[in-house]
Amino acid sequence: MAQTLFDKLWADHEVTVLEDSLSLLYIDRIFLHERTGSVALESLVAAGRPVLNPEKVFCSMDHIVDTHSGRTDETLVPSGKQFIQSTRKASQAAGIRLFDIDDPMQGIVHVISPELGIVQPGCTLICPDSHTCSQGALGALAWGVGSSEAEHALATNTLVVKKPKTMRVNLTGVLEPGVTAKDVILQLIAQYGAAGGTGYAIEFAGEVIDAMGIEARLTLCNMAVEFSAFTALIAPDHKTLDYIEGKPYAPQGDSWLQAKQHWDTLFSDHDARFDKELSLDCSQLAPVVSWGTSPQHSCAVTGTVPVMPEQSASSDQSSYQRAYQYMDLQPGQALTSLVIDAAFIGSCTNSRISDLREAAAILRGRKVAAGVKAICVPGSKAVKRVAEAEGLDQIFIAAGFEWREPGCSMCFFAGGENFGFQKRVISSTNRNFEGRQGPETRTHLASPVTVAASAIAGRIADPRDYLP
Amino acid sequence: MTPFITHTGVAAALLRTNIDTDAIIPSREMKLVSKQGLGEGLFAGWRYTQVGGREPNPDFILNQSAYQGTSILLAGKNFGCGSSREHAVWALAEYGIRAIIAPSFGAIFYGNCIRNGILPLSLPDEVIAAMAAQIQDPQQHQIRIDLAHRQVIGVDGTVYEFVIAKACQHMLLDGLDQIGLTLKRADSIAAFESDYQKRRHWLFELPTDVAG
Repeated sequence: MAQTLFDKLWADHEVTVLEDSLSLLYIDRIFLHERTGSVALESLVAAGRPVLNPEKVFCSMDHIVDTHSGRTDETLVPSGKQFIQSTRKASQAAGIRLFDIDDPMQGIVHVISPELGIVQPGCTLICPDSHTCSQGALGALAWGVGSSEAEHALATNTLVVKKPKTMRVNLTGVLEPGVTAKDVILQLIAQYGAAGGTGYAIEFAGEVIDAMGIEARLTLCNMAVEFSAFTALIAPDHKTLDYIEGKPYAPQGDSWLQAKQHWDTLFSDHDARFDKELSLDCSQLAPVVSWGTSPQHSCAVTGTVPVMPEQSASSDQSSYQRAYQYMDLQPGQALTSLVIDAAFIGSCTNSRISDLREAAAILRGRKVAAGVKAICVPGSKAVKRVAEAEGLDQIFIAAGFEWREPGCSMCFFAGGENFGFQKRVISSTNRNFEGRQGPETRTHLASPVTVAASAIAGRIADPRDYLP
Repeated sequence: MTPFITHTGVAAALLRTNIDTDAIIPSREMKLVSKQGLGEGLFAGWRYTQVGGREPNPDFILNQSAYQGTSILLAGKNFGCGSSREHAVWALAEYGIRAIIAPSFGAIFYGNCIRNGILPLSLPDEVIAAMAAQIQDPQQHQIRIDLAHRQVIGVDGTVYEFVIAKACQHMLLDGLDQIGLTLKRADSIAAFESDYQKRRHWLFELPTDVAG
């Protein structure tokens, strides 16, 4: 019978079918981080349950580590040091490979896992972090879980999962210069709503995907959770294989050839049926920026703050009203009229080397507008090293950006560093929720090029006006 | 885990779509490596007048005298979207919330609820709006939930049927520990693994000497 890529991955890992479309799935890789992983490890120890296969478990310090140079375990996050030190202790006790603060491979989980070849096509990978769906970009079944589920996987190598429905999103056309994967995913969420993917595992396909590099695909899949999808997937192709070959944890020698043989079967059969199909023509797409407090509150950078749609449910109406108020906006205001206080490039969404190259191309020879606090946080030590070897750090610094050590940094406010009360920030991150980047901080989500252009303009700007 | 069989309690309405887990428990309120000590941080951004403060914001529904002891929340679509932090559910549980009624939920949040004895209950938007209108009367805002019969009984006695996966229903009714249940299947997992390892051996050949 014809199968979708998702069906193939599911079947390959199904230990047994339980009741009610629940299955026990075999888990190949578990990633943890210090914010939610520490509690899972400690809770497991308290229950007297060992980590079954520590060699399959990895942990990174990324969420609340300081990102200034010369950093230590000290962090501005209240009790952050406790999270860091208990994670280190618990990882060492369990025999888990920890990418610690001073490790040359340290970085954000969803940046380093692909970069090191830990995630591979056809594997299952879970992490107590909602953006684990990013890693589906390599053709893996990867999804975010809670701490209790992480404990379950650590103790049993399996998870009980309700089988989601399948959805294919066909992305047609060719992206114009200055329009990126970030704009595509924001547009999709704006068009179908932040709950548009509820209950589905999504496969992204089409000519836009074929043309996209692996890093852009990671950006696209990263925000599947902002669409409320179970996860996202992209079938591996020659780009995927080229990307993985030679990575430290990738298969070698004969194993590489056998793995490759399996990976060549990982695609949706041409006559496979999806429970739902969506299509998005990307050829006319402009850069997209969020205006409100949900990623679904997004529109073209050339557009205006929208009027609340008529006939929406009262709960939707109250969310619109609250968003106008929180963001201090009126319907009809042009997005490019909004003056910004800060610009941020970083996070598991957009902190990879291609993101930094594209942003640097816009920043080269230009200066950040007066009064704008601008920060760039590379996603990993490896990204930072490559950027510095290419001289990108000098471009960022000359433009007026701070150049930081890797981590999740100011993607979210944990009681430490933040952008300030009611400050307006243009950010390459994934969430514009109330208070996400600081107390009453007003976040506008955008691509790294839009962030770079806006930093120069001092207001939200169309990156196409700044392309080299 | 505390079983959930039937529950009657004060219901409060937070009818907004996409209430995310950052709103349920801001990251700054996750102060300890612990599942405890989170109830005070529940909805902190809305509940208190100042960031990090504890002075109640009188406008927030859970601070109003009629809604003291709220144990059931009514909410808009996609409740619990966003971050996977289970702390959101631990905070709700510690505060005393036993059930959340919303048209849909964030997937990770939903699973976290089931594992912590909180019932995430789906009903259509218009039903929730009708229930919310009824509980505005401060004398009458008790709702009853019967999980075994999959029924919600509104203030006026109207019975609403709801659907929940059998496995989730059993987990809640019996207060089961999922890890304990799965460990009973250790033999079949081991059998699967030995076959799987032959098919996908490269996934088991992990270098242990990858140093920075």
